[in-house]
Amino acid sequence: MPTAVKPHRLFCVVSGNSGLLSEFHARSNVSQTTAVYSRLSTFLTVSYCFNLNLDICIITSEMPAADYDQASLPDLLPLYYRRLFPFSQYYRWLNYGGVTKNYFQNREFSFTLKDDIYVRYQSFSTQNELEKEMQKMNPYKIDVGAVYSHRPNQHNTVKSGSFQALEKELVFDIDMTDYDDVRSCCSAADICPKCWTLMTIAIRILDRALRDDFGFRHCLWVYSGRRGVHCWVCDEAARKLSVAARSAVSEYLSLVKGGEETVRKVVLSDPIHPFINESLKVVEHYFPQYAVVGQDILGSKEAADKVLALVPEDILLLSANFYYMTQYEIKELLQYFQTEKNPEKRWGRLKTLVQNKRTTAKGHYFEKEIMLQYCYPRLDVNVSKGVNHLLKSPFSVHPKTGRISVPIDLRELDRFDPFDVPTISLICEELDRPKTAEEEEEKEDTDENEREAGERRKRRDYKQTSLAKYVKLFDQFLEGMARSWKGEHLKKSDLQKDF
Amino acid sequence: MRLLGDWNAHRLSYKVEPLPQRLTKAKRDTGTMQFFSRRKKLIGNSQTEQLYGHCLQFYGQPPIENISLSEFETFAVERLKLLKTVENLGVSYVKTSDQYTKKLDAEFSNLNFPYKIEADDRKPQTGPSEFEKRRKDHISHFILRLAYCQTEDLRRWFIQQEIDLFRYRFKHLHPKNQSEFLHRNNLHYHTISVEEKNNLMDKLINSRFAVSGTTVDYQDFYKVPFQDALDLVRTRKVYLKGGYVYIPHQDIVTIVLNDFRTRLSKALALTARSLPAVQSDERLQPLLNHLSHAYVGQDYSIQKSIGKISLEQIDPLSAKSYPLCMRQLHRGLRDSHHLRHGGRMQYGLFLKGIGLTLDQALQFWRSEFVKGKVDADKFDKAYAYSIRHMFGKEGKRTDYTPYSCMKVILSNPPSQGDQHGCPFRHSDPELLKQKLQSYKVSPSGISQILELVKGMHYQLACQKYFELTHSIEDSGFSLNHPNQYFMESQKLLGGPGAGVKVEVKREDNPATKPPNPSPHQTPGPGNLPQEVEAEITEDLDSFFQDA
Repeated sequence: MPTAVKPHRLFCVVSGNSGLLSEFHARSNVSQTTAVYSRLSTFLTVSYCFNLNLDICIITSEMPAADYDQASLPDLLPLYYRRLFPFSQYYRWLNYGGVTKNYFQNREFSFTLKDDIYVRYQSFSTQNELEKEMQKMNPYKIDVGAVYSHRPNQHNTVKSGSFQALEKELVFDIDMTDYDDVRSCCSAADICPKCWTLMTIAIRILDRALRDDFGFRHCLWVYSGRRGVHCWVCDEAARKLSVAARSAVSEYLSLVKGGEETVRKVVLSDPIHPFINESLKVVEHYFPQYAVVGQDILGSKEAADKVLALVPEDILLLSANFYYMTQYEIKELLQYFQTEKNPEKRWGRLKTLVQNKRTTAKGHYFEKEIMLQYCYPRLDVNVSKGVNHLLKSPFSVHPKTGRISVPIDLRELDRFDPFDVPTISLICEELDRPKTAEEEEEKEDTDENEREAGERRKRRDYKQTSLAKYVKLFDQFLEGMARSWKGEHLKKSDLQKDF
Repeated sequence: MRLLGDWNAHRLSYKVEPLPQRLTKAKRDTGTMQFFSRRKKLIGNSQTEQLYGHCLQFYGQPPIENISLSEFETFAVERLKLLKTVENLGVSYVKTSDQYTKKLDAEFSNLNFPYKIEADDRKPQTGPSEFEKRRKDHISHFILRLAYCQTEDLRRWFIQQEIDLFRYRFKHLHPKNQSEFLHRNNLHYHTISVEEKNNLMDKLINSRFAVSGTTVDYQDFYKVPFQDALDLVRTRKVYLKGGYVYIPHQDIVTIVLNDFRTRLSKALALTARSLPAVQSDERLQPLLNHLSHAYVGQDYSIQKSIGKISLEQIDPLSAKSYPLCMRQLHRGLRDSHHLRHGGRMQYGLFLKGIGLTLDQALQFWRSEFVKGKVDADKFDKAYAYSIRHMFGKEGKRTDYTPYSCMKVILSNPPSQGDQHGCPFRHSDPELLKQKLQSYKVSPSGISQILELVKGMHYQLACQKYFELTHSIEDSGFSLNHPNQYFMESQKLLGGPGAGVKVEVKREDNPATKPPNPSPHQTPGPGNLPQEVEAEITEDLDSFFQDA
């Protein structure tokens, strides 16, 4: 970073990021540009700085997406909301085909602004109003709440008690921090490709159950932007569920129970419910590779002790009465672990040992319980229960990582990589990348129709960026829902004809 | 005194005939006499048959007869006693256990409520006839609807107890009577075909412990939307496919109960709307208020000890007078300088209950949190709000009440990273044992406690812990609230929380109530003739003392 700079004009060439700078350029004079420069330098990798008579050239290397810096967020958000945020799809989603009157208008949004200022009960009457307000406020984070009985922004004007949350999507929030006791690779907010498997398992299990067991058809899975995933179940029946029904659904789906004071968090009893059987199929598929090899849950004495703690003591004692070998067995097992380095063989040995126990203690499924405790999805039940609970919106930016909350393609679930999800800096940068011939052509088409050109360009800006495939995915999801309304409408009109 | 109630669920209106203020014994008797003579006339009446033709009711039709004020009172109080018994038994026993059934059976015959069809016209009756019992069941239910429709909390309590009561009664009906009941109340549920049943055989068997191949064969299975059988869904005791549950006939009570719950909760909402009309009757209002206050018990929200505890006292108090759940939370907070939401709520409200002021609470939480990962600025932004919220200073400004044992045990179980909940309910026995050992509880005491835990008597286990840590034989109270634990302990140890005790005992345990409660205790309006009010409350108090 140059220390003595006395330019009367500042000229920046930032490879791959000129779009960003041209944004600033448009509203800057010289002195402001200096300020912009110093702000930029906090997140650009500056390779060369040299004085060329009048101009200063800053040439940076191509900025990798991981180079998102929180400090740049205030500069990027206006651009994101002005040119990239998929407003029309977003409105289309929350309007739900206009089936229920005021469904969009009575929806609560809440914004987190700079310095953690939290504004609740925002609501908008049209897509345009939403757009204008978001472009004005440039929220760091957007949360979506319930559909209320009245417009949320007027909640103070209605008699207390009559302002009620009526409907909301059934939502699930799975957060990697809840798995801290069973992952060895990371903790707290950190994630890595290794532990991401847990999210894959969670999505597979829950998505199947929501569809097959509960009969829901429109489940939107979204990467939260940092360390977890959200699910929005958008079926009409799901949106209308009562608090009691939501809590029943989430309890049906919860197997791992108990807090810090519980060691054995999964207890199975006979017979194993079909839902658990289906879930086990998923867990069994991932467990050997993920837990036994990846997390190496039998890799050290401490880790192995943790696993063995899940086999209840009285059962061990019970079998000791028959075989006189439990303590001995455990010792032997640990000795075996010392010599056998192959994690899969270790697990195999433990499994046979525990399975033998079943003959003496009927109806126990210790190896299954261990697998479930290590891999079964851990839901934040409180988020799912409340109708009025807020949840971070799809396509909101995660202020800490800069990543966009994007829909996850379940057909490609095993290949989904959270580190591949575009950050706001990446897509803003892509915006001013030279256009490909194809895009150029498209642009010419729009030019023919001058009047709508501006409007269309705005709508298609995201197509130049890596956000495009996620918006497309969202579009497909919305199409699916639209088809179901059409089906409903047909059914309704058929019924009417009968009369 | 008479009142004519039109108990229409949608509109509730009362006509009160002007009659002398005081009821004499003789008048009451005449009232009953008249009633008997009328009954004879009505016996063939189709409406009476419709109302009281079955020992169990769905309470669809409100009563439309005249009843005396004293009968009104008696019915209401006796049903309350019944519901209170239902609540207490539900905490102490498993709802399907023999003891639960036995105790509830006893209560039914004590209070003369109908419950089994066999009782009808079989044995020579001493005491009230089956018809009278059914009439009492009917009327008392509707009176309590009036008393318990006023707030969300009251409604929830009432619905819960009525549902438990209904479940118990329905389950003990003869299958023949069960189907008669369904038929009478037009409850028809969709049954699946034999073919569908055979296709799903495996899944149906594996979904329910008590279902085997043979039982699937001869039982009907009902297919209903899962929303109608939430209790079975919640506990995974039913097969669920495509949004429908497949319920074996043996579990049909669940669907019926769901219907019952939905109807009752709707009816209560409607009753609440027409309540102002009832409350304008100055004879009924104090009675109804008293009814709703009497049995919900002390909520430990209004404290006389407010501000009497200093922050320095908290650490020693936590070791001496905290119940285990709060001790665990306090320790968790001191160790990790953080508690998650559930813990903050449970502990924060407890602290409010033992007398911390809002300022003290803010100072307490802030000083602990800033030692951890949260700086003062973040605390003020992210946590201070929720603490002010607890004290009713934010949001909808509800002054939240400390959690009772029931709430701690039954709602919001702790999950990963949580330290709240009831240690007797939510800890592994092994960890609980270690914890008790570290708190110097004797080995014999520990095994007594673990025995109670095993039998799911969590509150009794906690009480045992109280007795052991306070070195007394019999604590002499029935524990149902962490703040009660604290106050009882302070009373024994003579600490700052002791002063509140007397007040609590009065509300909580009617048996020790002084015979003449001071007038300010009655939540009645000022314009009521003193005489009448005194009569009512005295009557009520004498009922409560029987409990």
